[in-house]
Amino acid sequence: MAIKHLEEYRDPQISRKLVEHLKVVSQNPIRLMEVCGTHTTSIFRSGIRGLLPPTIALLSGPGCPVCVTAQNEIDTFITLSRIDDVIVTTFGDLMRVPGTNSSLQQERAYGSDIRVVYSTFDALEIAKKNPLKKIIFLGVGFETTAPTIAASIRTAVEMKLDNYFVFCAHKLLPPALAFLMEAKTTNIDGFILPGHVSVIIGLKAYLPFFEQYQVPCVVAGFEPVDILQAIFMLAEQIENNNPDIANGYQRAVTYDGNIKAQKVMDDVFEAIDASWRGIGKISKSGLKIRKEFASFDAEEMFDVRISETEDPKGCACGEILTGQKIPTDCLLYKMACTPETPVGPCMVSSEGTCATYYRYHAT
Amino acid sequence: MCLAIPSKIIKIDQNVATIDVDGVKREASLLLLENPKVGDYVIVHAGFAIDKIDEKSAMESLKALREIVSLSSNNKS
Ligand code: SF4
Repeated sequence: MAIKHLEEYRDPQISRKLVEHLKVVSQNPIRLMEVCGTHTTSIFRSGIRGLLPPTIALLSGPGCPVCVTAQNEIDTFITLSRIDDVIVTTFGDLMRVPGTNSSLQQERAYGSDIRVVYSTFDALEIAKKNPLKKIIFLGVGFETTAPTIAASIRTAVEMKLDNYFVFCAHKLLPPALAFLMEAKTTNIDGFILPGHVSVIIGLKAYLPFFEQYQVPCVVAGFEPVDILQAIFMLAEQIENNNPDIANGYQRAVTYDGNIKAQKVMDDVFEAIDASWRGIGKISKSGLKIRKEFASFDAEEMFDVRISETEDPKGCACGEILTGQKIPTDCLLYKMACTPETPVGPCMVSSEGTCATYYRYHAT
Repeated sequence: MCLAIPSKIIKIDQNVATIDVDGVKREASLLLLENPKVGDYVIVHAGFAIDKIDEKSAMESLKALREIVSLSSNNKS
């Protein structure tokens, strides 16, 4: 009982037409970044890369939540999981990410109680059923996930739960875009903006960024036609020297975004400076739980912040996340680093660029 | 982490919807959605419906896109 339009957004005939047009429009070499990890996966899965004219290079950006989680945060998660009477709950992607000396998966094998959940509501349920335990949810992700975590904290208040805590390592995307433009190391000619982050924050959230940098931006959906259309729109803007911010995912994204979700998020979180793996600190690019909700903040209630750590030697995740390198540039890729023995987070997450290359890239 | 496939709301009980994801039934919280109704297609992320998909706008965008791609391909292959 799938929705009607979906078939058409997968229609190879429309895709073929779009590619033909793209070949006509795109005259000069351009570099486009798909910011979101889900886009990276869709692009590889649908074979879009192989269809594009050689003038168009696609770079994968910093939009895989697990990949940008700093190593010291992973170490902190591990320390939390070792505390007596604690049950750590998390989305599955985090389990195998290597910290400095261990991973959550290893800790679970050693006996820590770590449970993979499908949503924060499962974590609340665990908290309700285990009143003598402390349940810590590890919150990583962007603006799409953050409101779901915020809603869980508000629900915990209503349920009068005093044993539910969130470690908030959420990141915000627009500040990362500005960082990439400031860094000037990648020469990005246009951005394919994330679909579901935009569902929440709306087109309006990117306006200050666009006004400052005047770089072509198109919000895209996840079907092949959506992505090709976004690439086509960007190529047109660039060739005509007419940078714009456009919505190529109108069936889901509005100008204002999901105001209800924004309110919940705003209620519970405030923006703070945050460290991105391999990138470093970006001003006001993270979220912290507000003082009013401090009793749910694992960072406040458990004294475990670990200071700076170094990223694994030889891992180029940072450069990959900022579009300066591709996985095949990394000496460890497919050698020491595979999905079974990941060295960096980009090889762990199903949305990570290295894992996606490994799965779909022939060479 | 994102389920990009729109799922149909088939039942609403308080703030929880039963949704149909390509034939599989699941639950999704409606706490982040304004005015959900049975029959709406929604995008679900981490157990929460975060958005309604506007089928009308989907069809309109497709129509516009079709016009763009066929207009300038008069020199048909
Ligand atoms: S291949 Fe492995 S080591 Fe190299 S950048 Fe990717 S995750 Fe890091």
